[in-house]
This record gives sequence, structure tokens and C-alpha cells, in this order.
Amino acid sequence: MMESVISFLISVTPFLIDGLLLGFVFGVAAMGLTLIWGVMDVINLAHGPIISLAMFGVYLLTVTLGWGNPYIALIVVAALALPIGMGIYYIAVNRVIDAPHLSSLLATYSVNMMLMGVMNAVFGGAPRNIEYSLGTIQIGESITIPTARLVAAVAAAGIATALYFFLYRTRIGRYIRAVTDNRDAAELVGVPSTRILALSFGIGTLLAAFAGGLIATIFPFTIFEGSKYELKSFVIGVLGGLGNPIGSLFGGLILGVIEGLVPMFLETSWTPVIEFTLFVLILLVRPTGLFGGKS
Amino acid sequence: MTGRKMLALLLLVLALGLVLGACGGEQATQAPAAEQPKEEVTKAPEQPKEESTQEAAEAGKEIVLTIGFTESQTGKYNVSSSRQVKGLKLWIEQTNANGGIKLSDGTVVKFKTVSYDDESSKERVQELYTRLITEDNADFLISPYSSGLTAAAAVISEQYGKIMITTGAASDSIYKKGYTRVYQIYTPASRYLTGAVDIIKHVDPNLKKVAFVYEDSKFATSVVEAAKDYAAKQGLEIVLFEGYAPDTTDFGPFINKIVDKGAEAVLGGGHFQDGSTFARQLHEKQVPLKFVALLVAPPEPDFAELGEAAVGIVGPSQWEPQAKYTPEAAKEMGIEWCGPTNEEFVKAYEDAYNEEPSYHSAGGYAAGLVLGKAIMMADSVDPDAVKEALDNMDILTFFGHIKFDTSEEAHGLQIGHEMVYVQWQKDGDTLKKEVVWPLEGATAEILYPKP
Amino acid sequence: MKESKRAFPLADVLPGLPDQHWASFVLPLAVVLGLALFPFITGKDVHRETMFTVLRAIVMAVSLNIILGYTGYVSFGHVVFYGLGGYVGFYLVSEKGMSLWVALLAGGLAAGLLAWVIGAGILRLRGAYFALVTIGVNEAVRALIQNLDIFGGPLGLEMNFSVYKAYGGPQAMLQMTYNILVGLAVIAVLLSYAVRTSKFGLGLLAIREDEDAAEVMGIIAPKAKTWAYVLSAILPGMVGALFFFRNGSIEPHEAFPLHISIEAIVMVMLGGYGTVLGPILGAAGYQVMRAFLITNRYLKNIQLTVSGVLLLLIVLFIPAGLIGWLRRRIPASRRILL
Repeated sequence: MMESVISFLISVTPFLIDGLLLGFVFGVAAMGLTLIWGVMDVINLAHGPIISLAMFGVYLLTVTLGWGNPYIALIVVAALALPIGMGIYYIAVNRVIDAPHLSSLLATYSVNMMLMGVMNAVFGGAPRNIEYSLGTIQIGESITIPTARLVAAVAAAGIATALYFFLYRTRIGRYIRAVTDNRDAAELVGVPSTRILALSFGIGTLLAAFAGGLIATIFPFTIFEGSKYELKSFVIGVLGGLGNPIGSLFGGLILGVIEGLVPMFLETSWTPVIEFTLFVLILLVRPTGLFGGKS
Repeated sequence: MTGRKMLALLLLVLALGLVLGACGGEQATQAPAAEQPKEEVTKAPEQPKEESTQEAAEAGKEIVLTIGFTESQTGKYNVSSSRQVKGLKLWIEQTNANGGIKLSDGTVVKFKTVSYDDESSKERVQELYTRLITEDNADFLISPYSSGLTAAAAVISEQYGKIMITTGAASDSIYKKGYTRVYQIYTPASRYLTGAVDIIKHVDPNLKKVAFVYEDSKFATSVVEAAKDYAAKQGLEIVLFEGYAPDTTDFGPFINKIVDKGAEAVLGGGHFQDGSTFARQLHEKQVPLKFVALLVAPPEPDFAELGEAAVGIVGPSQWEPQAKYTPEAAKEMGIEWCGPTNEEFVKAYEDAYNEEPSYHSAGGYAAGLVLGKAIMMADSVDPDAVKEALDNMDILTFFGHIKFDTSEEAHGLQIGHEMVYVQWQKDGDTLKKEVVWPLEGATAEILYPKP
Repeated sequence: MKESKRAFPLADVLPGLPDQHWASFVLPLAVVLGLALFPFITGKDVHRETMFTVLRAIVMAVSLNIILGYTGYVSFGHVVFYGLGGYVGFYLVSEKGMSLWVALLAGGLAAGLLAWVIGAGILRLRGAYFALVTIGVNEAVRALIQNLDIFGGPLGLEMNFSVYKAYGGPQAMLQMTYNILVGLAVIAVLLSYAVRTSKFGLGLLAIREDEDAAEVMGIIAPKAKTWAYVLSAILPGMVGALFFFRNGSIEPHEAFPLHISIEAIVMVMLGGYGTVLGPILGAAGYQVMRAFLITNRYLKNIQLTVSGVLLLLIVLFIPAGLIGWLRRRIPASRRILL
């Protein structure tokens, strides 16, 4: 009995580790989406293309311009994403911020189309890969972790922590949370709400770009890759609570564990069935998500 | 409105749909009489051409046939597709430069191409093949690259009764759908990995546990299903048999399973991109495997970019530059030799494009060669005559033996051509692609177990 | 929004909207029939193929408009009905040897049934939550079908070419399926008009403007919404069955492409949501524009960007769409444009 438990644990460990490591990255990918949803009730349908754009940004700097190190490129790309996100807000979202949901959904979707069109024209549909090996880490006999994945997970956890401190320990962070809770009230006490909304959109974009850049260091990608993570982000957002960016990290870890463990028991192709069924059920039963959304 | 009323309305809508639809249907079935003139209209562009062929014949004039196809300039099939098109275009340039194909009545047949970018997408393919046929009046069609896209294109070409030579489309199922004018150049998918099983039996009779991990595409599935049966018959134990989505970038779950099940050999893959990624991640995770054979990716020269991860990987190939098909061999087999020799093809291709041809390049060239040969055999450009010539074709080319199945169940399936197997080996610091199987054609001994 | 306020007093003078000019009924039909007849006039196969795409888009947009435009529920995953209808229809024809007519009926029924089953649950969600859950449903159904062996798993199903012999060979089949689609497009327009001018439709408009108030006024919202959802699902299901029969094969990623759903929303928005004529013009306009962009040498690669800019301009500046804008600008047009 004991032996079979141990042998099960041994065989489950690599699946679990892979899932958890990816889970951190998934979490950061979803954080941007849920932050924007929380602050301004907008589902950012340009989320996927922004992730893709960041992947190609990192590729351009690392490979085409020959910087060589994708992690430096990643920081530059994420920094650029902030003003880009704010620009998207002022151009596409600001005017429809109080309109019915359909308007903001379509406005962000139009940004999605524009970005996809530009990327299609510039990069085409061919896959890219950033060759930058950090080697592997060997733990015991059966566990081999490519170092790049570990670095990505640590970086993702790092930026999640940074976001937490930003939201809860800084003045601007408090403004953002105030607008999240009640925009009108926040405005009454002197919070510059439009600027805060734009900044939040920018930070959301930055987080998406950061996640995209991290993914580009571990997997090959095409311009369509981001939409996969957009769909995952919806699921994660609902798992962790839409509008609760820190919850996203937990949502991401849950999704990572699902993706890691399901293949042990079923064919891997059942993973999306389970994910999306869970997604629909949670929305129906508890639309605020497992960890509670915005109050 | 009450539920019952709504239900009534629903049924009404459905019924109305059927009635209106049925009217449409009757119109169509009655149509032949009424539509006759229209069909002539659609045929009209061809009619004058045939006449002009005859006029040309009298005057010994030249006609230019349009060959239509799509190319995956973007998307997942980009690498293989562009090589295929380069091969085809080389044949056309050579043929036209040599004064075209001369028919016995003095007509000279030359070729031009019309092509579009299918973006590696099935949706686009059907739209574009319809356009090639109805707008650009293509006389003959060449398939896009990949079985999935070709299956989509074949529906259109058959609907309009055009002859399509397929290359880069190995899946058996395309040729088992009752088509009559689709002809396959490649060895069918069901014979892709059976040789890999033979290799395993040859180098290591003690190897038992094999995992099949393959792309969920028509092509790869046809390959592994046949190979799985063959492997089981050969006494191998299949510890894992699982497909992955074509856009998979993370092979972690599959690799974990391979390790978990204790597989000693992995067979599978799909197309170039996923296959390369799979090989890279197998290497990254340092999976202790003795033998890995993947589809499509290994024979491509670009596979060398993987570096260490490529070493030891085996792959089935339709053709290799070192292939040993010669006019003498044709004589021995008692069939006709056709086209350039292997050295001539490789040299012409390298001169034209400054790169080494892959089997996709050779397949593209062979598609043109077979079409040209059929026109020569038919001594006509009439589609029915060309079809008959293709049905009767039995030739040896630099690409190998070409002969088509003419049974009703699998019309157009390639039954002459054979595969070879390559392996990436290290020669000092450089990677080299060697032919390792069958033994008669091998250029190097197989590296086993894989490092 | 304005139109519904105007339309509301009409609730008691039903059926039909008496102050509506007969042209408001004839115009949408005339547009659809005019488009449908175009290939017959030119006699070119390529025009028939183009028009097939346009009419398919019209049916999708007009159907979607019932739940999106009339009821105000943003269904992002509407393509699920198209895909499901396609699968059910294809399965019956290719695996069970049934006729196309049965397939069409079954495709429509399956789609309607799915809408009815899930509608009761998901229509409780409002706004963006509903949009999200429809995406989730589409992805879940797609992923599930990918794992069902009877539907061919990830490879989907293929039809033997000999099936078309029963319909007079492939050429006759292409024409026949086109004719059927014309029929379905006409039904879609009639249905859309009937709903828009019925008391039921006014109830939906009331739900769109203020669901809670509508409930207070005695409209049983959950029931009405569910039926609207079912009505908007049936024709996409039938078109799916028709399209994949013609296509000769069906695969999960072809049957449930999310972007088709979103394009349908764009079409509804372009023409004017909540109107009868709007989605028709929107669908036709969008398809014509796309066809132009995709074949234009310079714009081909950037076509999505051009469409995106256009969409954004409409969302920001003319959110009511073409018909909505005309109705607002030229009050006299309201009697004619519905």
C-alpha cells in the first residue's frame, strides 16, 4: 500500500511540477485581463494579440537585432507596453467606457483586428523560436526541469508580488482600488478617474506583454499564439475571480495543475473539455469566481 | 407569447424551410434540361481553346496550359510548401526553355502557373481552388502542401472535374473517397513508419516498449495507425498511443507520459514545426530514449538548426539527394525511364535556388514531370486522354517508381513509390543527414542507441 | 434605444406595426433576393460561390440579431449552433446514409435544442458575463466533439464523393445547395420581420432596454429570452448542416471558429442592431469589403487592420449602425427602414 502510494507520488511529481511552473506564467497572463475587468468592467478582447505582439517584440530585439538575451528584451518590451496600453485606452476605450458592454467588447475587438492585421503583414503566420538555452536542472533521477521554465515561473511570481505591493502599498495603487470599488465615489474624493483608468489599462497591457515575453522564452510561437492564452485567461479569470488580479495567480496555478495532471489520467485532448466545462459551470454558479471577484 | 405558440412557430419555420428547400432541390434536379445552355456557357471558355488546339495543330502552333495551385507562403506549412513550389516551377522553367512538349501533330505545349497564398488554411484553400478553376481557367491542378489542405482542394477539383496531381499529400484517406481525377505522387502515409519498425527489429531485437505520439492531422494519423498495427504484429509493446493538437507548443505532458510509461522508442510527429519542437523538447528534458523517428521534419535540411537535439533522430523521406534510381535500374525493372537523372535534378535545383533540395522540392518537380509525361503519353491536352494516360502510367524517375492504383476503392493512390529513412549524425562538429535504411541504399550505418 | 421608445406605444395595436410602410417589409426581402439572383443573371460559377458566402453571412447575422439586437444579449459564441448543426447533419448524411433534407432538419433541431437546454441557465447572466459564457460553451462543445469518436475525433468526418450522385452529381449539388441557402435566407428575413413586429418582439425590446422593468410590466423575461435564443439558433444550425454537406468534410476547428461569431456581431453592428434590414446590409457590406480587401494586392495582408479601423469608427461614432443612423437622422425614413 505504502509503496504504491510512494510510486504514485514519484510518477505524479514531474506532471505536477510542469503544471505549477506554467501556472505562474498563466497567472500573470490572466492578471492583466482581470485587472482591466475589475477596474473598468471591460473585457479586453485585444488581450491575445498584445501577448503575441510582446512575443514578437522579444523576438525582434533578441534575434533580429541580435541582443541575444531575451530577458533584457522582455523588460524593454514590457516597459513599452505601458504607454501602448494607455494609448489603446484613450483611442478605443475611453469613449465607450460607460456604454453597454457590447460597445466596449467591440471596441477592444477592433483593436484586436488591427493588431492582428499589422502582425500578419509584418511577421506573417510562420512560427518563430528564440534559441536561448539556459540548460536544465536535474532533481533526483526522474525530474528534469529546463531552467528557462523555472526562471519564467520565478519572474512571474516576482511580478505578481510587485503588483500586489503596487496596488496595496502605493498611493496610485490605492486610487486604482478606489476606482475599482466605486468610480463615482472615487471621483468625488478627487481621484483623477480617467487617468487612473488609462493607467490601469496600461498596467494590464504591461502584464500581458510580460507574460507573452516569458512564454516566448520557453515555447515557439506564431502571431496566433496569444489567442490561446486569451482563452486560458478567461478561464483563469473566472477561476480566480474576475476583477481580482491577485486571485488570477491562484487561478493560473489551478489551471496549470489541471493541465499538468489531467494527461496522467486521460488523453491530453480532454484537458480543454474539463477546463471550459469548469469555466461555464463556475460562471453559472458563482460568477464572481472561486476566490471572489470585485465586491 | 406562450410556449405552445412558440413551438408551433418553430415547427412552422422548420417546415417552411424544408418546403422552400425542397423547391430549390426540385429546381436543381429538374435543372439539367433547363440548365443545359448555361453549362455550355460555363464550358464556353474551354471550347474555343480546344478548337484553337486543333487550329494550332494544323499550323503547328504553340499552346500554353495553365497550371493552378496554392502555396503556403505564410503559416505552419511555409517551409515545406515553398520547397514544393520551387521544385514545380523548376520543372516548368526547364520544360518551357527546352521548347515545351511536342505532340505528334506538331503542337507545342508550354506551361504557365497561377497560384495564390493559402496561408496554410483550409478555409482559404477551397475559395482559392474554386477561383483557380472558374476565374483563372486552370487546365490542370497541382495540390497544395499537406494532406489536410489537399483533401479540401480535392473536393473542389473533383466537383469541377479537373485533374489534380497531388504532391506533399500522403494521407491514404484522400484517395479513398471515390475521386477519379486525383493522382498521388508520394508514397501513401500508411507506408511511412512501417520501415522504422523494421529498423528497430533490425538493430535491437530486445527493444520492447514503443510510444506513438503524433499530430492529430489526417496525415500523421494515417501513418501511425498503420505503423501501430505493424509494430504490434512485430511483437512490440505499444505503451502509449496519443495524438496532440496541431498547434501544440508544449509537449511537456506528452514527454512526462513517455517517461512515465518507460518507453524506449518514440515514433510519431506530424509536420515540420511541431516535429522540430517535439524533438527540441525531448532533448531539453533529456528523455532517455534509444530510438526516435519523426515525420516530415528530419528530412528537411532546416532540421539541422536544432543542433544537438537533431542528433540521432530518424525520419522517413520520400526521396534523398543520394537516391539511387537510374535509367539502368528502369531497364532491369522493365519499365520506362523518364526525366532527368538524380544528379541532373540536384544540380539544376541547386543552381536555380542556391539551396539543397529536400524531398518536398523533389516531389514538386516530380508532379510536373508526371503531368508532362501524361500529356506526352496521351499525345493530347484533352483532360480525358490525360486521365487515361495517368491511369496507365508505370515509369521510373529520379524520384522513384510512379504507378497509380486504378481500382474503384482507391483510385489515384500511389502504389509504385518507396520510402527511404534518414538519420542526423555528427561528423566532427557538423551535422550530416545520412540515409540509413533500406540497407541497400544506405550511406551510413545507423547510430544506435541515440545519444 | 430611441426606436424602442417610439415603438412601445404600438404594443397594443398588433399584429404588425400599422404606421410602418409596406416597403419596410419588401425592402429587406428585395435586397436578399436581388443578391441571390445575381449569379443567375451573370451565369458565372464564381459569382455563385461568392454569393454563397454572402448569403451564409446574412443568415448568421440576421439570426444573431434576434438575440443580440432585439434582446440585447451579446452572444459571442453563436457559431456553436452552426458547428453543432453541421456535425449532426454531416453525421446523418455521411455515416447514416440519410438525405440532405433530414440532415437540414436535424441540424436545425439540434441547434435549437442546445439553445433551449443551455439558454435557461446561461441567459441568467447579463452583459459581459453572458458574452464570456457563450465563448466558454463554444470552446467546451468544440473540445468535446474533438474527443468523440463517432464524430471522427480531431480529424472530423469525410464524405464519400458518391453521395453527391444522389443529387445529380457534384455540379448539380453545388447549384442545389445554393438554392436551398437562398430559401433559408428568405426564411431568416421573414422570421426576423415577424419577430420584430410581433408582441413577442416588443417584449424582447423591452427586455433589452430594461430587463427588470420589463419583468415588472409582465413580460416573463426568462421564457421570452430562451425562445429568442432558440429562434436565433435554428437557422445557423441548418446553414451549418448545408455548408458542411457541400464542403464534403467537417473538422472541429472548421466547425467552431470563434472569429465567425465575432464577424457576425460586426455585421449586425455595421448595419444597425435591432433592425430587420440592418444585419442584411451589414453582412453583405462586410463580405463585399472583405472580398475586395483579400484580393487587393496591397491591402491583402493588412485587411484585418482596415476592417478593425472601420469597426472602431462605427462603434465610437455611429453605434446605431447604418440603419439606426439613418432612422435617427431622417425621421421620415423610419416608416420605410425597419
